Amino acid sequence: MHLSRDTMRHVHGWLLLTPAAVLLVSFTHYPTIATVINSFFSKGNSVRPSRFIGIDNYQAMTQDPIFWKVLVNNMWFAVGTIPTSIALAIIMALLVNRAMPGRSFVRMAYFTPTILPMIAVANIWLFFYSPDIGLIDQITSWFGISGHNWLGDPDTVLSAIIVMTVWKEAGFFMIFYLAALQHIPPELGEAAKLEGASRWYYFRRVLFPLLMPTSLFVLINAVLNSFKLVDHLFVLTKGGPDNASNLLLYYIFENAFSYFDTNYAATLTVVLLGLLAIMALAQFFVLDRRIHYR
Amino acid sequence: MFKLITKTMAGIVAAVCLSIMAASLSTAAYAKTKLTMYYPVAVGGPLTKIVDGMVADFMKQNPDIEVNAIYAGNYNDARIKALAALNSGQPAQLSVMFSIDLYELIEQDAIVAFDDVVKTDEEKDWLKSFYPTLMQNGTTGGKTWGIPFQRSTIVMYYNKDAFKAAGLDPEKAPASWDELVAAGKKLTKSDGSQWGMMIPSTGYPYWMFGALSMQNDQVLMNSAGNQTNFAEPATIEALQFWKDLGSKHKVMPDGTIEWGTLRKNFLEGKTAIMWHSTGNLTTVKKKAAFDFGVAMLPANKRRGTPTGGGNFYIFKKTTPEERSASMKLIKFMTSPAQSANWSMQTGYMGISQAAYDTSELQEYVKGFPYAAVARDQLEFATAELSTYETGRVRKSLDDAIQAALTGSKTPEEALKEAQATADRLLKPYR
Repeated sequence: MHLSRDTMRHVHGWLLLTPAAVLLVSFTHYPTIATVINSFFSKGNSVRPSRFIGIDNYQAMTQDPIFWKVLVNNMWFAVGTIPTSIALAIIMALLVNRAMPGRSFVRMAYFTPTILPMIAVANIWLFFYSPDIGLIDQITSWFGISGHNWLGDPDTVLSAIIVMTVWKEAGFFMIFYLAALQHIPPELGEAAKLEGASRWYYFRRVLFPLLMPTSLFVLINAVLNSFKLVDHLFVLTKGGPDNASNLLLYYIFENAFSYFDTNYAATLTVVLLGLLAIMALAQFFVLDRRIHYR
Repeated sequence: MFKLITKTMAGIVAAVCLSIMAASLSTAAYAKTKLTMYYPVAVGGPLTKIVDGMVADFMKQNPDIEVNAIYAGNYNDARIKALAALNSGQPAQLSVMFSIDLYELIEQDAIVAFDDVVKTDEEKDWLKSFYPTLMQNGTTGGKTWGIPFQRSTIVMYYNKDAFKAAGLDPEKAPASWDELVAAGKKLTKSDGSQWGMMIPSTGYPYWMFGALSMQNDQVLMNSAGNQTNFAEPATIEALQFWKDLGSKHKVMPDGTIEWGTLRKNFLEGKTAIMWHSTGNLTTVKKKAAFDFGVAMLPANKRRGTPTGGGNFYIFKKTTPEERSASMKLIKFMTSPAQSANWSMQTGYMGISQAAYDTSELQEYVKGFPYAAVARDQLEFATAELSTYETGRVRKSLDDAIQAALTGSKTPEEALKEAQATADRLLKPYR
């Protein structure tokens, strides 16, 4: 049998794709589909096997007050972490992009939180936040302010976690901005200076638009992280007090591994996947059109 | 994409290497019975070394059995890892897990009752050799499913130096709720540098609450594990008292108190009294820079504490040889000599009278009487909260406690909601 050249090229192509395709299917596509299927079944045990129950899990979810609470918490967590960490990242990148004494030391200092594992960071901050003996309360006590139970108060716990997350993430995003800034030709700055543009005007009209592709990338990462990062909850609060710091992914974990209700966990996962998909699509299709790529 | 491919290639190579290594290992040790045991550590301290040491001693005595003891994090992690290993077909024959995981493990058909494993009369007697209170969380439906190992109760640690400074008798710990509040008021300094007391309310709030409600003469659940008593008047009163310690009597910080940093608070003198697991005893003894005391928890209507800690379970998917090897290991680990040694090294309690009758532990208790407080308190102890759907039921109570302590709900509201949740969850089991 003689295969045409065209067919051979197709076979060749598919063979090259196979390893990646196999991995994608087995670790991404199959689990996703299995999750969706699982969400239509009831929790099973040795006595009552799991059975198909349609959208009952979804109905139960809409009536689950903790689900709504973690969703709202997650929204505030996203609102609290994303803009602040991006703004901080830009400021830090601008600071260390100039010639200054000890530049590499400052860059390293900004980047250090990023290389620490989240669990280690949480353990450090657990002691920062502990009432009276913690670093924060020791500093405030110099000014005569008495200790506050940062993680034990439902009004402050989420903010406390947001601050820690921003501290952890900003350095990581800074690296991307720093790389982007180094690719911007210095002539633009010189030209702006000749025209008498203020530094703020130069940033707003020249630098910031040129950084937009990076911003999109960072934004997508930040949004994903605001739903993905829950490691610190295991150490800091376990979602407490009374779910005040519980986030969607941690709630999924609780359902799957503390309550062994993998089916309800699958239901929640479908919601998480849906949310992430919508946000990713919105970013790609809406924001991407407005961004100028050189 | 290229990165992805190189990464996955590296992963595949690593996986192949590992499986070859595993295969060669298993052929080398074919004559031995191999046991894999998961165990948790819930309190700080070098407990993993002690367990590993005990296991090594066991293997020296029993060269035909090879034990792979795997430290698996806290109680939650240990259960997750052991069950995940079982579901994925990896061998695990026995495990130390939370005593209150009993119903969940039975429901998942994961464990086998010891009544079905013991053969000789001597072994049947062995089942009865432990303190009966410690067996409460390991038995249901007339069968024994868990053998006590790292067991604890809650005790009251107090700072004798702080007691002296506040004009209190350091040899006389508060024995009732009223005395506790009175002492707390004397111990609390107005500038916030020292609190009267702390009861942790993260991590295991329901456990501490089990003590308070028992002291108010109310157990939290029935022994069939399908009924909770969260909304009983005595339960609500107990939670009100807990909340009042912070908000009314001002002897404890308001809000929730972190389980993980409490011991440090106590050791640094930020609180004069803490309620904590006996599992902390040896660490506190080693690290306290002040004179400290240990006492039973105070009484309201009666004294009371839940027991706590981990039991040995044998998994169902095991061969007869593995089961008898597991029995050997469990009998060794819970023998009076080992239990006495374990108790001295950690502060966890000896699990049988025979352990306290060993000369080593008797000597130790003579020199350090606090080592026996947990045992003396057993007389007043009850089982730890454990039901079917235990994770969710426990969480509903945890949330209620935290909601009440932080003031977002009244104790009555919070506990009634928790009871309604528990009723809904447990209905199918009645």
